[in-house]
Amino acid sequence: MHSNGMLANMRRRWQLYVLLLPSVLYILLFHYVPMYGIIIAFKDFKSSMGIIGSPWVGMKHFEAFFDSFVFEQIVTNTVKLSAFSLLIGFPIPILFALLLNQIRNRLAQRFVQTVTYAPYFISTVVLVSMLNVFLAPSTGIINNFITLFGGEAVNFMAREEWFRTVYISSGIWQTMGFSAIIYLAALSGVNPELHEAATVDGAMKLRRIWNVDLPSILPTITILFILGIGSIMSVGWEKAFLMQQGMNLPVSEIISTYVYKVGLLNAQYSFATAIGLFNSVINFTLLIFTNYASRKMSGNSLW
Amino acid sequence: MKSLSLGDKIFTVFNYTLMAAITLCILYPLYFIVVASFSDPNIVNRGGILFLPERLYTEGYAKIFDYKPLWTGYLNSIIYTLCGTLVNLVFTLTGAYALSRKDLVGRKPIMLLFIFTMFFSGGLIPSYLLINKLGIMDTMWALILPAAASVWNIIITRTFFQSTIPDELLEAAVMDGCSDFKFFLSIVLPLSKVIVAVMALFYGIGHWNSFFEPLIYITSDDKFPLQVILRNLLITNEVGNEMLSDAMSMAERQRIAEQLKYGVIVASCLPLLTVYPFLQKYFTQGVMIGSIKG
Repeated sequence: MHSNGMLANMRRRWQLYVLLLPSVLYILLFHYVPMYGIIIAFKDFKSSMGIIGSPWVGMKHFEAFFDSFVFEQIVTNTVKLSAFSLLIGFPIPILFALLLNQIRNRLAQRFVQTVTYAPYFISTVVLVSMLNVFLAPSTGIINNFITLFGGEAVNFMAREEWFRTVYISSGIWQTMGFSAIIYLAALSGVNPELHEAATVDGAMKLRRIWNVDLPSILPTITILFILGIGSIMSVGWEKAFLMQQGMNLPVSEIISTYVYKVGLLNAQYSFATAIGLFNSVINFTLLIFTNYASRKMSGNSLW
Repeated sequence: MKSLSLGDKIFTVFNYTLMAAITLCILYPLYFIVVASFSDPNIVNRGGILFLPERLYTEGYAKIFDYKPLWTGYLNSIIYTLCGTLVNLVFTLTGAYALSRKDLVGRKPIMLLFIFTMFFSGGLIPSYLLINKLGIMDTMWALILPAAASVWNIIITRTFFQSTIPDELLEAAVMDGCSDFKFFLSIVLPLSKVIVAVMALFYGIGHWNSFFEPLIYITSDDKFPLQVILRNLLITNEVGNEMLSDAMSMAERQRIAEQLKYGVIVASCLPLLTVYPFLQKYFTQGVMIGSIKG
């Protein structure tokens, strides 16, 4: 467009820019200003001197982090927690959607759907309290079952080796139904003629799920998988934090909870910002890499 | 309809059984909490399966109603949720509408500016320092302003506008000399009740459930929202100490404290539980709209 025409157009459409203004200001102030604040990772930030005035220290904080004894532990914990969550938690909603889609009784289908996505709206605080109550060693329902059948009660919430299992399975309980909605939406768009043709050919239901349903939701699966990989290092902060107990810390301390503790509780601002930046850069790299790989292999990608 | 083959019959039976089992696994824990909150602590703590309240017990609720901080938290949460959602709607709807217009010069770069923030952020500490600098620490604005809009929701809303407001409508309105403000307020918004409802719900739930932001930005006890109070009561176990009288023995206290948790959970989820059955169809619609662009 000619630049004169552009200006004239902008003047005629000034009201649109007024409408746009609040969200642009918001994005700049609350997203881009903090990005600028990242430079304190390369400085020794003192609040009295401000971001600009604090002295540069180069990579000091990164080196301190890489050398510290927690580095290996919290990175491993973060990667393991989210990799297992993704590996186990990702396929389950897909399977669930494929199977629920086969329930032909509309009423039954709606009922199952309504029930299964209800837990999504429970707050993390309440979810973790429910876990505490149900898994309590002497009063919890699960342990009472175990002892009823002659087993020994397990303190699931405190034991290191149970942390990930409890974290991941409760995550599936909470989000399976909600994550399935998007696949169900995609499945409702499958052309029924494909199914009819396959039925005439004598294909059984399982065959048709495999050959008709699954390929048709594959693009959706790919996109969500890329997003999942891209956020592998940013596991939910709240849940891990709320599930932390002294005894399970060796596995439950993850990057984000550690940043909170050293950054806000110990006020080591620059050090914590450096750890946060390390985390964001890895996330961003993973996202770009997965997106690239997926575009090459399947033609589906975010951009 | 053709009769099913044996394999398909087995599959159907298996499938219905599995779905019933899943539904039960999700429904029962929720149901148990409600039943347990009305049952005698001795029976609940024995940890068996409950189907109906046993030896109806309402003293727990009486104690909960007498516990002041819980209700202060409740009130705070209601205020934060209402104000926060209102701000969210203004920011999201206006921004999304402007970005849905093809004649907006600079639409592409502005979209990029927005989308980039979905994948890269300054992180916790720089955001914290910003809130500090703005002087809104320990006020509700520290909870509302940094979360004034979500880029993801702006994109969903924009997609909705693009697919439901026909270009011809705008052309006709412009012919009649209708301004962009007027078109947005009196034509676009009334046609978009569904997306307004969906967004209000998504944002509203987000505010009601948020825990991390109030934990770091709110420091006065009387400004804590419900989730922070709940965490103190339920997870760090202040129930026994604050809610129960000193006259009780330690064991007695612990027994009742465990049981009180059920009542507190029910009370905190009550607003959601009551509206959920009526509003759940909007949630589905919201996700569906989002999946168009996916």
